Amino acid sequence: MTDTRETKTTEFWVSGTEEPDWPGPDYVAHATDEGEQKMKLHETGDRLIEQLGTRIIDDVLYEEEEIDEDDRMIINMGPQHPSTHGVLRLQVELEGEIVRRVKPIIGYLHTGMEKTAETLTYMQGTTNVTRMDYLAPLHNELCFSLAVEKLLNVEIPPRAQAIRILMTEMNRISSHLVALATNGMDVGALSMMMYGFREREMILAFFEKTTGLRMNHNYIRVGGVAADLPDGWQGDIEQFLETMPTRLAQYDDLLRSNPIWLRRTRDVGVMTAEECLAFSITGPSLRATGLAHDLRKAAPYSGIEQYEFDIPVGDRGDSYDRYRVKVREIEESLKIIKQVLETMPRGDYKVEDRKVTPPPRKRIDESMEALIHHFKIYTEGFKVPEGEVYVGIESPRGELGCYIVSDGGSKPLRMHTRAPSFANIQAIPIMLADSLVADTIAALASLDPVMGDVDR
Amino acid sequence: MPDGPEAAAEETVEEPAEVRSLPEHPILKGLIEPFVDAEWLLSAGQHVVILPKDQLGSFGEAAKAAGFEMAVDVTAVDYLGKRRVRFEVVANLLSVEHALRLRVRCPVPADDTVVPSLVPTYPGANFFEREIYDMFGITFDGHPDMTRILMPDDWVGHPLRKDFGIGDVPVQFKEANKVI
Repeated sequence: MTDTRETKTTEFWVSGTEEPDWPGPDYVAHATDEGEQKMKLHETGDRLIEQLGTRIIDDVLYEEEEIDEDDRMIINMGPQHPSTHGVLRLQVELEGEIVRRVKPIIGYLHTGMEKTAETLTYMQGTTNVTRMDYLAPLHNELCFSLAVEKLLNVEIPPRAQAIRILMTEMNRISSHLVALATNGMDVGALSMMMYGFREREMILAFFEKTTGLRMNHNYIRVGGVAADLPDGWQGDIEQFLETMPTRLAQYDDLLRSNPIWLRRTRDVGVMTAEECLAFSITGPSLRATGLAHDLRKAAPYSGIEQYEFDIPVGDRGDSYDRYRVKVREIEESLKIIKQVLETMPRGDYKVEDRKVTPPPRKRIDESMEALIHHFKIYTEGFKVPEGEVYVGIESPRGELGCYIVSDGGSKPLRMHTRAPSFANIQAIPIMLADSLVADTIAALASLDPVMGDVDR
Repeated sequence: MPDGPEAAAEETVEEPAEVRSLPEHPILKGLIEPFVDAEWLLSAGQHVVILPKDQLGSFGEAAKAAGFEMAVDVTAVDYLGKRRVRFEVVANLLSVEHALRLRVRCPVPADDTVVPSLVPTYPGANFFEREIYDMFGITFDGHPDMTRILMPDDWVGHPLRKDFGIGDVPVQFKEANKVI
């Protein structure tokens, strides 16, 4: 390999050699410039000396020699590596400190959920899909429900739709908070980890109050939602809307004014819009490249077109842009939640079609029909007309799709989930080629893969 | 029902005059029209094209040229006992520019499970096609790395096939045989 770095050896004094003319304050040193990633650290000479505490630099620069294939090393990173976000294994081919090739190896968390879905009725299906992307369970439930409802051709009441939007947008915030927290931790900003989880706790407390569980809610079901929002939910949301923007600004400020954070994320893991489209990468990673593709705008679902919000985009497509897009998406989600709070319609929280949703518990004691419907739905399930349908929604990680083939029975013939993380994992070889080992962690964290979603 | 050679001749003349149903959307129409064997239909309001499997590769190229930038999803379905042709490969194409979606379905018979790969046109189809190979045993011609992706390398069988058991562990109730 030939070294193409812009090096000015005369600018640095390697001990034991003749002392050169020291650079002035306006000098810009290119300390590292590896491969195509352009890791430029712009530093004035004075700043460099100030930081290093010495005028003697022994190991900053060395002329790289020709390296043949034998000098490459293949290292397995994971599956038990703390910063691979679950059980992801990366087979990296190293040339010194530089990553030349990466191969992601997945499947360690595969539990055959698509096979399981074929043995569950449509009513039980949401219990299954909620376990896929464990950071955004409500999105999985919504996607599955929308697909089944499209086959059933049922109209969902406006209140149920608004509750679904409220819950999924809350879920988007909680998921992005985990992404920011773990991204911070992986790059060394440990306080971000605690802040991110602190705010997420508020959302999970609200989820627990509404759905009964902190994760794997099984709350959004075919035909509506499982239960109405709890009494006094407006107060909780108002309090959340009051707290969140200041907290968000706080740690956005914390990270963006941190030079270490900026250097670890700026121009790291760069992807272009063309690459993203070719490799089926969606979500914040695609938007960070400047392409405003969001299914909430492109193919609105569950009445989200009534609410006003923007699609935040980045311009460089690096780790920093992906982080920034997520922060701004939280702001947009807060906007949506505020509008839902103000315009929450009254009415049913699930469709009153006894062939699809079970009757209320109280009715079973009074009505023979209610008892029969209840019995039929819980034993046999409801039948879905023959057909096949694909529904895609915007999950925090990108396009989450559900492809359902029904043969007219009460169980799907095939239920396939288009998992956003599964496709996004394909970005790793593009992002990481010719970058530094340390940057693999920063780039991977910004991609925010959830292994439960990857392996299913 | 009319009999005789005249009626039969009339029927054969009428057949070519039957208009092939094509979508109204100009991009979709322009894409599907050259593929004479392709059948277009709407499924729950979504555009679907049923295509002979050998043409999947060339259709992918044409779709990319027509503005479908992304292969969002590629999957397969096993219709064992439901249809004459056992498998079906389903590719979901998306055009961000035109806000269009197209689902391409290719029936794959059980005795010839080799399908042209979409990876040369859409590199993003890589993992999805590996998943199909892993789960259904359908191989893709032209795929750079046709290996298992989710299941262990030494796994026998393809789990999402309908004739693959769902993994029941037989439970023996020892108490049941006891004589009281």
